[in-house]
Amino acid sequence: MTVWREAVGTPAARVEGPAKVTGRAGYTYDRPVTDPAYAFPVQATIARGRVASIDSAAAAGVEGVLAVVTHRDAARLADTGDAELAVLQSDEVGFRGQFVGVVVAETPQAARYAAGLVRVEYEQRPHDTELRADRPGLYAPEQVNGGFVSDTDEGDVDAAMEAAAVTVDRAYTTPMEFNSPMEPHVSVAVWDPGERAPGGGFAEGARLTLFDSTQGPHVVRSTLAQVFGLPPERVRVISPYVGGGFGSKGMPHAHNVLAALAAWAVPGRPVKLALTRQQMFALAGHRTPTIQRVRLGAGADGRLTAVAHEVVEHTSAIKEFAEQTAVGARMMYAAPNRRTSHRLAALDVPVPSWMRAPGEAPGFFALEVAMDELAQACGLDPIELRARNDPEVDPESGRPWSGRHLVRCLREGAARFGWAERTAPGTRLVGRELVGLGVAASTYPYYRLPGSRAVVEYEGGGRYTVRIGAADIGTGAWTALTQIAADALGCRLRAVRVEIGDSDLPAATVAGGSSGTTSWGSAVVAACRAFRHVYGEQPPAGAEAGADMPDDPDAERFAMHSFGAQFAEVRVDADTGEVRVPRMLGVFSVGRVVNPRTARSQFIGGMTMGLSMALHERGVLDHRTGHVINHDLAEYHIATHADVVDVDAVWLDEEDVHAGPLGARGIGEIGIVGAAAAIANAVHNATGVRVRDLPITPDVLLR
Amino acid sequence: MDARITLRVDGRVRPLALDTRTTLLDALRDHLSVTSPKKGCDHGQCGACTVLLDGRRVVSCLILAVTCDGAEVTTAQGLAQEGEPHPVQRAFLEKDAFQCGFCTPGQVCSAVGMLEEVKAGHPSEVTDDLTGPVTLDDEEIRERLSGNLCRCGAYVNIVAALREEAES
Ligand code: FES
Ligand code: FES
Repeated sequence: MTVWREAVGTPAARVEGPAKVTGRAGYTYDRPVTDPAYAFPVQATIARGRVASIDSAAAAGVEGVLAVVTHRDAARLADTGDAELAVLQSDEVGFRGQFVGVVVAETPQAARYAAGLVRVEYEQRPHDTELRADRPGLYAPEQVNGGFVSDTDEGDVDAAMEAAAVTVDRAYTTPMEFNSPMEPHVSVAVWDPGERAPGGGFAEGARLTLFDSTQGPHVVRSTLAQVFGLPPERVRVISPYVGGGFGSKGMPHAHNVLAALAAWAVPGRPVKLALTRQQMFALAGHRTPTIQRVRLGAGADGRLTAVAHEVVEHTSAIKEFAEQTAVGARMMYAAPNRRTSHRLAALDVPVPSWMRAPGEAPGFFALEVAMDELAQACGLDPIELRARNDPEVDPESGRPWSGRHLVRCLREGAARFGWAERTAPGTRLVGRELVGLGVAASTYPYYRLPGSRAVVEYEGGGRYTVRIGAADIGTGAWTALTQIAADALGCRLRAVRVEIGDSDLPAATVAGGSSGTTSWGSAVVAACRAFRHVYGEQPPAGAEAGADMPDDPDAERFAMHSFGAQFAEVRVDADTGEVRVPRMLGVFSVGRVVNPRTARSQFIGGMTMGLSMALHERGVLDHRTGHVINHDLAEYHIATHADVVDVDAVWLDEEDVHAGPLGARGIGEIGIVGAAAAIANAVHNATGVRVRDLPITPDVLLR
Repeated sequence: MDARITLRVDGRVRPLALDTRTTLLDALRDHLSVTSPKKGCDHGQCGACTVLLDGRRVVSCLILAVTCDGAEVTTAQGLAQEGEPHPVQRAFLEKDAFQCGFCTPGQVCSAVGMLEEVKAGHPSEVTDDLTGPVTLDDEEIRERLSGNLCRCGAYVNIVAALREEAES
């Protein structure tokens, strides 16, 4: 048994804090490289078709231009199986904004100017970018993100709905949403070319160093090594500071490959490629729009007999990504008859990908608004309704919960938030504002990804270095790992230095699925134990030991999920329909909290993103052109200071004894789950208007 | 076309020759390797590039460097004196007013500039009395910092940090 000492559980300040507040922290573009050249992409202006001709003479003639690369002359990639990453390998265009070329120049100004001079003629084919529930060609994917089956069907939902005393059967929609981390995606590529292979391919001797803004240096390394046909040890990915990602930097995207192709074209020069904010809307992933049908059947007492969650969403025609929107409904509530399904439309749209809590974030908007509707239909308090439907074991697997404390979270939150003051819908007018309270439940699975390793070295003088190729994208993982190592070694926090963000460090899994601190942390604990086992308390300087993340047998025996209760107060202007959110409170059950200071920031950061999802965010595709027309931060609105008044989070003091050596289940994503539903439910309570489509804009409240 | 200008950046005189299309932000980042101000949008929409230009907060991506000849530029790095963080930076550290840190140098510069504006009595959208001294309550802070986006959602902690500053 670990003896937990001072560090874990204490609100240690971020180890990299001083570097961040002064701006000394070097993000990808900030890293000094010798004599850099600058790349600027050329993007397709059609949604589907092929490039018929390219005239790059004018661009090539611009002073300072070093190379113009298109599909005609780009180096050939070894593996083009992933169409998103098969950059400049053919004349095909699969979505508007796809790369069709890149200009490399001495200055960013010259590169950008010249990119605008590249003339591309297209042979256009008809495209389709519009998601509709009634369109032909919807299909069930083999599996959805996370490795879950697409469809489940238990019992007889239709018969149960037929027989139910109370039913809800409604459609809910969420729009295309964009991660929009504040640091745009950047790659700086440096080749040590080795022998050039005949035909301009990548020789085995070539070596690629990529400074990259990524959530997983090792994931980028292994993927690019495969794409370029290089042994992984000849690719190095460096990424100590990452300006947010929320999933969009979780897997390599086309710009990583483009940066390397651009650098290959100018031997000896490092090439900096920074996507512009506008380019990110086509090239950095997004959350699919969703059309969700939720059916709930219950007895007059509110006990559920049927839960059905059927989802229609899109993927890109060139690469499948199936958001697992309905998966949460499989385990959330006790109902003998349950059905979930996902249907995809393969459209000529940019490639969707991970965005904070893929699946749960849009899925729990629909499910939790539907639960509010059911509570209303049964004349029950929404908290009581959820308490009556809290399953004793996981309805999906039949396994016992490792710890399901949803009802405690709801009751604790109700007491803290003043839930008892809630009045009937549309009855509380204060001045010219309608006031309402709303609640929604939240959950997120415990993911512990295998494949991480940590190494501990004693530097002498009482100092230890811990190495693991993890990433801190703002989560606080760097600090948490330092705390975990200090406790596991039994030394002071300041005696430990943790190195992360480099694929030359021992392998680590991606910062995703709220899995980082638990997965990497258990590798760190194992490495520290191995170190003490070999060297004891008096190690010689230079002593080193490592360990892989141990297996987690309990993960097979228990259903392991975090839970939470989201509360919101809204004030709706009776004359304009403007919605303000003066208060939000989240109460979470996540197992052990390693660092309460950074954990609170993660929770409220997720809730703030949920507020943004509820009221602001909507990507608009122009179906005539396939273009995301509001592709910047002036038109794709995200919450700013004035929108966010009082967002707070608390958590149950607990430990999940089944969740590895830390007893922690992960915290990065649960904050966004259910937050938009709580706000929508509060809007209903304030106004009596039920909003089933995000975002909630004033026009729908003025009808 | 190239031009020669001189900037005073964080107390150091920096002569430079640059393409006249270069923004102040790119001049700092690409020419002078002063990377404390960040590029989040290059369009004046996010505030990540905020610096103090002759003491006033500006988004440096919307200013051409050639118009700044002879000007004094202070970045978040320059606000820290001899490695000692500025009181606003200390308050950010104390309240965990950041996560990824990418918006942070801009938030810090914006806050320092904002506190000066308040001291000088500049009213904002939400100021009731346009003539008197301004009381810096939370609503004022939020309004005045709304040009600085934070996707990590550190807003409530930033306001908490500045509330403390405003009180001291
Ligand atoms: S980079 Fe200047 S405002 Fe965004
Ligand atoms: S701290 Fe990440 S954007 Fe503000």
